Amino acid sequence: MSETLVDTQKIDSSKRTWLIASSCAGAVGVGAAAVPFVSTFQPSERAKAAGAAVEVDIAGLKPGEKMTVEWRGKPVWIVRRTPEQLASLSKVTGQLADPTSKRKQDEFTPVYARNEGRSIKPEFFIGVGICTHLGCSPSDKFQPGPQASLPDDWQGGFLCPCHGSTFDFAGRVFKNKPAPDNLEVPPHMYLSDSKLLIGEDKKA
Amino acid sequence: MKKVLLTLLAALGFMVGAQANTGGIDWDKAPDRSNDLAALQNGAKIFVNYCLNCHSAAFMRFNRLKDIGLTEQQIKDNLLFTTEKVGETMKSAIDPRQAKDWFGANPPDLTVIARSRSAQGQGTGADYLYTYMRTFYPDDTKATGWNNLAFPNIAMPHALWELQGKRAPVYETVTEHGHEVHVFKGWEQIAPGTLAPEQYDQAVGDLVSYLQWMAEPAKNTRVRVGFGVMLFLLLMTFFAWRLNAAFWKEVK
Amino acid sequence: MADFKEISPNASAGAKLTNWFENRLPTAFDMYKVHMSEYYAPKNFNFWYIFGSLAMLVLVIQIVTGIFLVMHYKPDAALAFGSVEYIMRDVPWGWLIRYMHSTGASAFFVVVYLHMFRGLLYGSYRKPRELVWLFGCAIFLALMAEAFMGYLLPWGQMSYWGAQVIVNLFAAVPFVGPDLALLIRGDYVVGDATLNRFFSFHVIAVPLVLLGLVVAHLMALHDVGSNNPDGIEIKATKGPTGVPLDGIPFHPYYTVHDIFAVCMFLLVFSAVIFFAPEFGGYFLEYNNFIPADPLKTPLHIAPVWYFTPFYSMLRAITDEMILVLIACVVGGAFLGVTKFKLPVIFKAVVLGAAAVVIAMMLSIDAKFWGVVAMGGAVVILFFLPWLDNCAVKSIRYRPDWHKYLYAVFVVNFVILAYLGTQPPSAVGERVSQVGTLFYFGFFLLMPWWSRLGEAKAVPTRVNFTAH
Repeated sequence: MSETLVDTQKIDSSKRTWLIASSCAGAVGVGAAAVPFVSTFQPSERAKAAGAAVEVDIAGLKPGEKMTVEWRGKPVWIVRRTPEQLASLSKVTGQLADPTSKRKQDEFTPVYARNEGRSIKPEFFIGVGICTHLGCSPSDKFQPGPQASLPDDWQGGFLCPCHGSTFDFAGRVFKNKPAPDNLEVPPHMYLSDSKLLIGEDKKA
Repeated sequence: MKKVLLTLLAALGFMVGAQANTGGIDWDKAPDRSNDLAALQNGAKIFVNYCLNCHSAAFMRFNRLKDIGLTEQQIKDNLLFTTEKVGETMKSAIDPRQAKDWFGANPPDLTVIARSRSAQGQGTGADYLYTYMRTFYPDDTKATGWNNLAFPNIAMPHALWELQGKRAPVYETVTEHGHEVHVFKGWEQIAPGTLAPEQYDQAVGDLVSYLQWMAEPAKNTRVRVGFGVMLFLLLMTFFAWRLNAAFWKEVK
Repeated sequence: MADFKEISPNASAGAKLTNWFENRLPTAFDMYKVHMSEYYAPKNFNFWYIFGSLAMLVLVIQIVTGIFLVMHYKPDAALAFGSVEYIMRDVPWGWLIRYMHSTGASAFFVVVYLHMFRGLLYGSYRKPRELVWLFGCAIFLALMAEAFMGYLLPWGQMSYWGAQVIVNLFAAVPFVGPDLALLIRGDYVVGDATLNRFFSFHVIAVPLVLLGLVVAHLMALHDVGSNNPDGIEIKATKGPTGVPLDGIPFHPYYTVHDIFAVCMFLLVFSAVIFFAPEFGGYFLEYNNFIPADPLKTPLHIAPVWYFTPFYSMLRAITDEMILVLIACVVGGAFLGVTKFKLPVIFKAVVLGAAAVVIAMMLSIDAKFWGVVAMGGAVVILFFLPWLDNCAVKSIRYRPDWHKYLYAVFVVNFVILAYLGTQPPSAVGERVSQVGTLFYFGFFLLMPWWSRLGEAKAVPTRVNFTAH
């Protein structure tokens, strides 16, 4: 090696200064350079457009009927509840795991759905039709009374065929069932009496 | 003798090369309105109203127009005709097979037309489009009734004829090198349009600026980020230079 | 555990961790010593010596940006063009990744051409570094294949027709040509099948080959040690510890030096990406913004700039040029037979071979010989170590006129490159024919001209002024 035994004291401090400066600047540079690459993982404009809010015309929905629309690849139910179905909500409160929808509110129950009917207008229930256990889509069991896999005092609601979880007409889950949470109420708002927008609410 | 022949051939070769792109006239310089939001918005309006009937811009989403200062509501109210949603792309209403029947060729997609029409030695795509949209003239021998000086025998009719009206090119016969040559001199207005010539040029300038923006919406961001990157790299290079010097000082 | 290095229990946590690894993966520590802290490189490296490291940097840039592009690109003829615009517009920061990759491709060739030229200047391909050079030429070939296949992926007009033309060149091979072209394409014309297989090669097969070749290239280099601008073998003068007197450890001196070089490179690289990514239509060709149309050929097809010198040579081989080349073969055979002391049987072989070659040149299309010339221009590089008979390695100690000859070679290469971008013309054809003859003459006659002139005295120690 060539002779490098020259004034180590002076040389070391200047080396150290520039090493620290370069390392700091370099680290900042690498971090900044990583940002665009990681950002490419975010949903693209195409994904966002596909996941845009869905307008639904509910004028033709009769009491006791349910319609399903797709939003972000998920089935969203719109149920026009009859007075009997609405009345059943208070009857089953004692059998529910989370009757007042206190669990994971930010995830499942937006502010305007924190009421007994879990909806803006009591007549219309809007909920994501995916069981909070493992993701199957529950079946309609609107008819009250004893039926297979249902208790004798069944008031009406939904039954998930995969592992037997049951939900009432406000999507609230019954106790001692595999599903831990009430059905998710998606962000939504009424554009008019007959037009519902699913995917956006006023604060968005 | 061979040298003379070769030189003549070379001259011919260069002439042919110069017009290799479309065989049309030289291109005017398009005005640069890339930072004029009002001009870009006007261009967007013209584009959606006149061009999307036949052409698509299949890679351009309506909601990207927010980048030139429009709100989603403005886009929905003024620019959405064929589609309901603001997040969708600008597809044209026309059936491509019908278009081919009517025009002889499928109207090309216009999303990146301003980038694809650039030609080395002739000008940018914007220059070509600016010239092209202003050099249509009526031609009875063509199926559409129109011809164009920048792209002779093109299958496209003059989409903006209502605005520009009808003009005919005026030629002058000049003798060059012992040959009679037709030289393009200017235009003669046959029938007026709804816009005066300067207004029409202004509108086309806006349209072309919009097309240029649409071809690369990220351009302004690109340049902005570029300045930051260059500044950082200059600093980093300075540090690296001093670091290098600090080590190499000791090498004898 | 008998060979474990013990460490004092009072040592720091860092030292203990290092010791833990050193006991279980000593190779990593040996590699660091062999290739970095105790790899003694000549201290007189100049500007020309940065391009090897820069080439490695660009390779990493291409691989990383490539990985992120593949997440969004669709290798389907109907979807490919759209997917590239999707990346440019809809993927957050997608435009930056795309521009980095397209600029990186051109940057790779700039860097590699300069890196190869350094080898030419200082005789880096000479004994004992012939294998380093051979691996390098193989890398160059693989790089050209990688770039060619990558260029098809955007599925623009230039992509499509460039691929069509080049694959059709393979059809020019006698007897097997058309079947070979069919095999490469997977279809009767360049299409979806071609796109998919080129995608596979471009993303996985060739990068793996490139990485392997780069490792071999560096291993062969480090085993014999680097050359330097003076062409002196520094291992000939070692100090008392066995270290070359003119050598300095690669780390830290050249790591720090390369960091500086990388910063300078990134300045230029970023300037292009952010302010001129199309680079006048040379890095992103204008025609490629038109989706591929099998029924419409663009008025002017040209390969990307880095292939144009070789494209010029391809176009230069016309029927007329064949006659000139036949004359060269005759001349070569005559010289071979009269100038060299060979047994009669070898002389007969030379004459026989010449006769066969001439017969072939007269019977097979000039188109095929164009392909041969184009390929030959790259293949001839492999032979360089055995063509150079000069007494000295480096241009610094060669006769002065060698410098002018190299300058003419560079100018000639650049002219050929320019002509390749232009549409064919009569003058262009003549100039590229002369240029092709010069290019091949430079190499084929090197065994003779490299021996002419008086070489200067080569010092024993390198020329170095302290910084």
